[in-house]
Amino acid sequence: MKHNEFIREDRLPTFWCGGCGYGQVMNSITRAFEKAGVTLNDTVLVSGIGCWGHVDSFLKVNAFHGTHGRALAFATGIKLANPELNVVVALGDGDGVTIGGNHFIHACRRNIDLTAILCNNYNYGMTGGQYSSTTPEHSITSTSPYGHIEPGFDICKLAEVSGARYIARSISENVTQTAEYIAEAMSKKGFSFVEVLTPCTTHYGRNNAMKHPPELYRWLKSTVVPAAAAAKMTEDQLRNKFIIGKLYDRPGQDYGTRYRDEIQAKGIEDLAKKE
Amino acid sequence: MNTWEIRFAMGNEAIAEGALAAGARFYAGYPITPSSEIAEIASRRLPQVGGVFIQMEDEIASIAAIIGASAAGKKSFTATSGPGVSLMQENLGVAVMSEIPCVIIDVQRSGPSTGLATKPAQGDVMQARWGTHGDHGIIALAPSSVQECYDLTIKAFDFSEKYRTPVYLMADEVIGHMREPYVLHEAAGLVSRKQPDPSEPGGDYKIFDFERYDDHIAPMPPYGGKYIFRMNGSMHDEAGFGCGASDNADKFIRHYEDKITKNRDDIVMTESYNMEDADYVLVSFGCSARSAMAAMRLARQEGEKVGVLKLMTLWPFPDKEVAAALKKAKAAVVPEMNLGQVASEVSRYNERKIPVIGVNRVDGSMITPYQILDALKGLYLKGLSLKGL
Repeated sequence: MKHNEFIREDRLPTFWCGGCGYGQVMNSITRAFEKAGVTLNDTVLVSGIGCWGHVDSFLKVNAFHGTHGRALAFATGIKLANPELNVVVALGDGDGVTIGGNHFIHACRRNIDLTAILCNNYNYGMTGGQYSSTTPEHSITSTSPYGHIEPGFDICKLAEVSGARYIARSISENVTQTAEYIAEAMSKKGFSFVEVLTPCTTHYGRNNAMKHPPELYRWLKSTVVPAAAAAKMTEDQLRNKFIIGKLYDRPGQDYGTRYRDEIQAKGIEDLAKKE
Repeated sequence: MNTWEIRFAMGNEAIAEGALAAGARFYAGYPITPSSEIAEIASRRLPQVGGVFIQMEDEIASIAAIIGASAAGKKSFTATSGPGVSLMQENLGVAVMSEIPCVIIDVQRSGPSTGLATKPAQGDVMQARWGTHGDHGIIALAPSSVQECYDLTIKAFDFSEKYRTPVYLMADEVIGHMREPYVLHEAAGLVSRKQPDPSEPGGDYKIFDFERYDDHIAPMPPYGGKYIFRMNGSMHDEAGFGCGASDNADKFIRHYEDKITKNRDDIVMTESYNMEDADYVLVSFGCSARSAMAAMRLARQEGEKVGVLKLMTLWPFPDKEVAAALKKAKAAVVPEMNLGQVASEVSRYNERKIPVIGVNRVDGSMITPYQILDALKGLYLKGLSLKGL
């Protein structure tokens, strides 16, 4: 299928604000679907709650739109119940690693065969721009009017130490690059993770003296360093920077395959017949 | 396996075996006393029958995983106790809103909070009914023996599949850990989830279009077949797309309630003992029903006309059965290990306004037959010798 054929044109326009990066990420997803040869019937898009959580309603694949923060837990059940399904999970920063942080680290650790695409816009857009666990220090948000005093997560590092199989980071305006990472993530068996840095023009930008979308895009770009360049930089130079690119790719059996292989190797089903 | 065999086992084992007999092939849970044996047995037994067991990071994830697995076509269940049930409430609403079958075993213990972790209670009755926010119908069954643990677990799956709803099995620490013989029989006439008519074209499928069907239950294909569909915990239309229209929300919320209450005759299960001539009716359930049965036998030995109405379905509440039981009685006694959650319901269907006496314990100890008879002796049966005790 061609990438534009995955979009439900009758549901357009999206409800996302002008300047928001989510349309770009949705574009990357459909291009990745085309590249990966995704079929509608065998694919389930599991989404969380938040602005990004609405992405499922604009795509033609199966969907599961559950509760805030729990998408990975629903997706775990779907994938383990039917390993033939291609399960893609749409997460936000509030949804995926703040309220849902526990599910995130455990899905990484178990290496469940899912592809998670997390859009990080540094705040809770849908509820009015409150701070999340990725909001940079000193940021102004609607709940940190005097400047945010908590450090934010580096989600890709969190995914790495938690055991994810594949990790990449991109920014939303790099549509083609992001699509390549998502397609590669889908081709890997195990927990694959793509973080996409996205601008929230309505809240984060406006609250932090970047009222016009181009200012916010320029700022986002100034915070990232390509992996190749980062390799030559010192720790000091990399402070407060996000490394973009393919960050991690390691072998390892996914949970579902291992579960089934162990049962077979230990003859558990045959043992039961003898009982 | 023979068509049946007799086993001597604890209630929790019978629940796990009942789930397997009902066709459950997916379990996700988090360890918690006094339900943990169910997880342990599921972890051993499910791989033997081609099923999947997973221990999740918490109860929120556990119920999410069983809901997901059910949407993918597997009969799924979890087991927990009060603190876990509390954590599950939000996602239970997803199963209500998306009409996804699943079974939640609640082996009740004393609360609130961590409470008396190893002691029995029956304090989750109202939580099962109203725990998740928003109006909805719910089914809750309460076993009072090891045999009923097995049989009602099978029933719980049947109701869950038939009505596309989450179902609670409300055991308690006593019933879950008590050992008795039970007959492990093959489950006959299991309900399978209704599937779309094969003539229905594939592609986009309206999984919530209940009005098309006489029984108001829409078929539910699994993910991965010829139908493409959207499950949605937000208010949605027939196709699962988010929909904020007032008439749509009104239609669906009433549907979630109606599909349970309108089928109450099919779902409500009670048993009557010596009710034909009973002047005094003991209405009880779960472990307290055992005490009520003993009290009844002792009273009958002394010629007093005491009967028992045992509730095996707690929700939808057996309103007609309770009303009928109270019709000719002089008084009703409701023994329960809480401060009157079922007694308040009994009072709602007490047309003649006879006295409804609560016998309640919340100290983690079972109600004794003596306590039940003492309540009657104090008010009515002054001649009771209680020598049998």
